[in-house]
Amino acid sequence: MSLRKPAKDQPESFEFNQKSLAAAKEIISNYPDGKQQSAVMALLYIAQKQNENWIPLAAMKYIGKFLDMPYIKVYEVATFYTMYNLSPVGKHFVQVCTTTPCMIRGAYKLVEACKEKISENENELSQNKMCSWMEVECLGACVNAPMMQINDDYYEDLDKEKTLKILDDILNDKTPKPGSYRGRINNEPENNRKTLLDLKNA
Amino acid sequence: MLKDEDRIFQNLYNDRGSDYDSSKKRGDWVGTADLIKKGREWIINEVKTSELRGRGGAGFPTGLKWSFAPKELGSRPHYLVINGDESEPGTCKDRDILRFEPHKLIEGCLIAAYAVQAHVCYIYIRGEYFVDGQKLQTAINEAYEKNLIGKNAAGTGWDLDIYIHYGAGAYICGEETALLESIEGKKGQPRLKPPFPALIGLYGCPTIINNVETIAVVPTILKRGGKWFSSLGKAKNTGTKIFCISGNVNKPCNVEEEMSIPLKELIEVHAGGVVGGWNNLLAVIPGGSSMPLIPQKTCETLTMDFDSLVAEKSGLGTAGIVVINKDQDIIKCMARIARFYKHESCGQCTPCREGSGWMWRMLERMAKGEASREEVDMLGDVTNQIAGHTICAFGEGSSWPVQGLLRHFKKEIEQRNNFDPSIKKKKDIPYLVDQHLMDKKNA
Repeated sequence: MSLRKPAKDQPESFEFNQKSLAAAKEIISNYPDGKQQSAVMALLYIAQKQNENWIPLAAMKYIGKFLDMPYIKVYEVATFYTMYNLSPVGKHFVQVCTTTPCMIRGAYKLVEACKEKISENENELSQNKMCSWMEVECLGACVNAPMMQINDDYYEDLDKEKTLKILDDILNDKTPKPGSYRGRINNEPENNRKTLLDLKNA
Repeated sequence: MLKDEDRIFQNLYNDRGSDYDSSKKRGDWVGTADLIKKGREWIINEVKTSELRGRGGAGFPTGLKWSFAPKELGSRPHYLVINGDESEPGTCKDRDILRFEPHKLIEGCLIAAYAVQAHVCYIYIRGEYFVDGQKLQTAINEAYEKNLIGKNAAGTGWDLDIYIHYGAGAYICGEETALLESIEGKKGQPRLKPPFPALIGLYGCPTIINNVETIAVVPTILKRGGKWFSSLGKAKNTGTKIFCISGNVNKPCNVEEEMSIPLKELIEVHAGGVVGGWNNLLAVIPGGSSMPLIPQKTCETLTMDFDSLVAEKSGLGTAGIVVINKDQDIIKCMARIARFYKHESCGQCTPCREGSGWMWRMLERMAKGEASREEVDMLGDVTNQIAGHTICAFGEGSSWPVQGLLRHFKKEIEQRNNFDPSIKKKKDIPYLVDQHLMDKKNA
């Protein structure tokens, strides 16, 4: 189990803006009447997006009222799932996969790069407060290992040098192009394709 | 090697685009209404004929699962839930279906929903796959526009709504009842079974849960006939399967191949061989991290299907093949997997919550050579205390890889950790399992 604690400095209040409100109402309509609690995960995402990548306790209270469910139930969900950030993580949030398939292809080199560029420790904001990084468990792109996720995007087939460059970009508030950094097409075997060739060459 | 025309996922590498028009050229949404007009019984029988087994890891026969749904629609609605919470280390096949073959999945959802009489289908996608989920959402919107789903979907007279539900980074939600809890807006902690979800599932209603790949192959099976599918592979292990080959290979890739393909062919032909040559191979994890590893000498002749892997005391699981060569420290690799399970345990059952941490800490010390001789057997004992003593299969999933390590690499561990218990030496090591015997203040 992972241990997750909310941030010490919490804002007093939280409210959905117009855009979030519309998105939240649409999500709730996906579920049967009276089962609006199902939308809690999606609403936490919406709150996280609106509040610069993290969820304050006030937002959990707000969502509890919004969905007519006890605050503690929202708190339970927000602390159980690891993708909800309970303290500020910066505008560009870097997650490096270090589970075995990535590890044996050199994921810890990526971790070194993060330590050099962003911060010495995990979950610590960079000096310009723009980024933070953490090690995470399998992100499900094992054939593109080693890889990392920055906000919603996957950066695949990396090495230390390429990672340093990507981190430079995000520290300067740029968004580098996601995808493979060895120029391969999706999950095909690089220069070794034996299947579906007529489609490729057609 | 499987012929290209027998490959179900023609767009696995996105050569052609995933939109409706190019999908239709590949045969998606062609004659869907005719298939459904043949009736529920025909569909389920055809899937039974194909001997399709679930692609999510357990390998349960899909036709049989569908036949568990109540025959008559009672007062409670039926639900179809698609499990796209792919989080097993080594596995990344569903992601490619979500982003490159979404129309196969949506067409499969319509057929499956009709077969089990569901009007609502939820597709549960892990939160990290947000971008891929958005691509599926685009395809769903496209399908609504073309009236392929919604009211009178694809002219079949059946109504179907499909919604995506995103997870948020919990491996355990790939367990079907934890997934249902998660859709209901709760912590993803598995439920006791029975009752099985086919009778009491989502919101207490009959629910059929299938993996993304399982559902996505169904339209092709029905179009080409169950007999065609069962002619591939071998008896009880039929059809094609997407294999993910990762780790120490020259060309890691996803590839769709026939079931029962030799492991050596997958690695040598498709994945460009082991880094450092075949003789540099140390071990292979054949089916995602929860399956026990297979040592090199067995890899030589191994075929990849459910039954032959069970005979080797492992399993096909999700067919995520992780190749480990001799440059790696196998104990460290398994310690990292143990850390994964320690992190992902939902915390509901004590043997798993506590035991997964124990296994991780012991393996970390064994990797460093800090464990005593006796602890090697103690580790085996811990795995046996977990497996079979938990609500869900996570207990087995977390202890099998450790048992596999002990089965095949016990000698390596013992060589590195060959000294008397620390209790005798009065050495102070944090996290020591027998520390409470040594030092009361740390107990």
